[in-house]
Amino acid sequence: MSRGTVQNRTSFLNNIAEKMGRARVDHVERPVYKHRPQWEVYADATADELLDVFKEQCQHIHTDVIEVEKSGVARAVAETFGRYQAESYLMWDDPRLKDVGLDDRFQEQMKQLDVDTFIWNPVSDDNIRVAEQATVGITYSDMTLAESGTVVLFSSSEKGRAVSLLPETYIAIIPKSSLVPRMTQATYEIHQRVENGERLPSCINFISGPSNSADIEMSLVVGVHGPVKATYIVFDDE
Amino acid sequence: MPLRVGSDAFAERVDTGLEDAFMRGAVRSAQERLRERKHTSSEQLGDWEAWRDHGEEIRTHTLNHLDYYLEQLSDNIAEMGGHVFFAETAEEANAYVREVARKKEAKKIVKSKSMVTEEISLNEVLEADGREVIETDLGEYILQIDDHDPPSHIVAPALHKNRSQIRDVFTERKGYSKTDDPDELTRFAREQLRQEFLDADLGITGCNFAVAESGSISLVTNEGNARLVSALPKTQVTVMGMERIVPTWEELDVLVSLLCRSAVGQKLTSYITGLTGPKTEGEVDGPEEFHLVIVDNGRSKILGTQFQSALHCIRCAACVNVCPVYRHVGGHAYGSIYNGPIGAVLTPLLDGYENNKDLPYASSLCAACTEACPVKIPLHEHLIAHRQIITEKEKLGSMPERWSMRLFGTGVSRSKLYRLASKNAHLALKPWTKGDRISSGPSLIKEWTRSRDLPAPSRDRFRDWWMRRGKGEGQDE
Repeated sequence: MSRGTVQNRTSFLNNIAEKMGRARVDHVERPVYKHRPQWEVYADATADELLDVFKEQCQHIHTDVIEVEKSGVARAVAETFGRYQAESYLMWDDPRLKDVGLDDRFQEQMKQLDVDTFIWNPVSDDNIRVAEQATVGITYSDMTLAESGTVVLFSSSEKGRAVSLLPETYIAIIPKSSLVPRMTQATYEIHQRVENGERLPSCINFISGPSNSADIEMSLVVGVHGPVKATYIVFDDE
Repeated sequence: MPLRVGSDAFAERVDTGLEDAFMRGAVRSAQERLRERKHTSSEQLGDWEAWRDHGEEIRTHTLNHLDYYLEQLSDNIAEMGGHVFFAETAEEANAYVREVARKKEAKKIVKSKSMVTEEISLNEVLEADGREVIETDLGEYILQIDDHDPPSHIVAPALHKNRSQIRDVFTERKGYSKTDDPDELTRFAREQLRQEFLDADLGITGCNFAVAESGSISLVTNEGNARLVSALPKTQVTVMGMERIVPTWEELDVLVSLLCRSAVGQKLTSYITGLTGPKTEGEVDGPEEFHLVIVDNGRSKILGTQFQSALHCIRCAACVNVCPVYRHVGGHAYGSIYNGPIGAVLTPLLDGYENNKDLPYASSLCAACTEACPVKIPLHEHLIAHRQIITEKEKLGSMPERWSMRLFGTGVSRSKLYRLASKNAHLALKPWTKGDRISSGPSLIKEWTRSRDLPAPSRDRFRDWWMRRGKGEGQDE
């Protein structure tokens, strides 16, 4: 990757320093902030309590939650296909999805039910067209936020952004162990990656339910440009 | 659309606003709903005052070291192969984006909501080159197809339009044939816009907060359009006001939490999207080319002045939603894309006093805005400071105004005195009060009482009433 261009920077930043009445600085230490209320939210909650918070919040964001044992994930997905009248689905090329039973055998069973399987494929040119036509998109949750009912998705070549975006409905597979109190824990983890010199995924999405808008007379409409419906399948992995 | 919209004088815009019964009803109910939701969701956060204090200390630190963090941001983006352009003026910003669009031979451009691109009139520049620019946020889309009607609220731009007006716009411009049900209207917009996303050559987004440590930008949305704009076109241009930055992802958490709650009463909006550079090797979706345009356009003039904290604004519109003046006159009366109390503070700073000297008077100085602000910008104090400058330095005001400001100025410079003064305002205004109305006020409120009676300041200040209201009392006005 060649370095990108940066234009007009010196005069622009010199002007800022001048307006602040000081010289440019080489280093700024982040302050030790006086207030840190974000770390107190659900600080002492157990995993079960976090799950309760999560389920309660999902009622407010129009998202169905199904709780299953690990062995029940595939069945829950199939039942959700039924509710969504799925003709096809697209999912990440992710070993964790195979591990919970969305494997070759599952795909074969779906084929017999006339539900086509598509797997995100980094070497194909056809992903966007497929994503646009699939009824359901399926991803795994990399981190899950109890307070806001949020799944956090880190993109990669096998984990396309469009899977959780273009299909009309969306299913997230959530291991219970991925639950944390709130966004604070997720951004802390991301911050640690940066501190360790990692390049972040090109896209990190915090997704809380289906897309929506209240732009017409403040009346809430669920389903705008992203998915119209969403289901979270939480399985016990402990 | 430039910063200033409409050519009518302030008083005429106010009259227009006052006469629009639907708009006033819509504003009133939107304010109430958003306020209520903010109140509920901020209470759930625990110690809301500690959150506000934290928001304030983050913004203060960041703005005090803005040059450092912008340098870090731009270095990180360039390292990943992204391009950064620093634009001192609107013209420079527009010329850069125009050149990117030209090089890419972009016929169709999709945009997600961005106030700063409205401020610099980017669409007009691109359209003049024969490119099609499509706003994809539902509210902005409605306004765009209705001959570029100006936005009337920072968060809900089409607030002033009712459903049947929207149906008529869709019918006339896009051949829509269904009812005025918001679900059906929205569904239609989804179908209309989906193909545009797939066909677009260039995507343009705003930026809620850039993150310096990783060279990321974040987008806070509900509809999903910003995700489409940043996932599908091959080239992405993001335009940000230079102050919209945080040092690390840890501060991003705090500001996003404050923004979502204060803007719409959500814990998080449906989508918080963090984008870091162009797509990486092997990735299918995401832009091949990423450009960030960082815009000054008058902001640096505010740095180092008494108004610096106006740049702390995170564009949540909480101040708009509590403002009794906005409630009555609506967003268009401000004649600026930035309306409500923050608009009255910011517009004269960015655009000068000459054309905006009425704006700081579009306030009752009740301080509800200051108390609502999640990053504790002293909005009403800034409005008072504007009035002092207008009356004393610029000599734009009349003598009595200058006098009353001078008297008022000593009172508000210390907050204890101000509190005392607002507590005693009902006594000070007694000579003009008949019953509980003021029908011809002293000069400070003269323009206001010209068109309507002003309720006399009750013994009950707004801030007291609001505090009690939160505890379940004083539900009725």
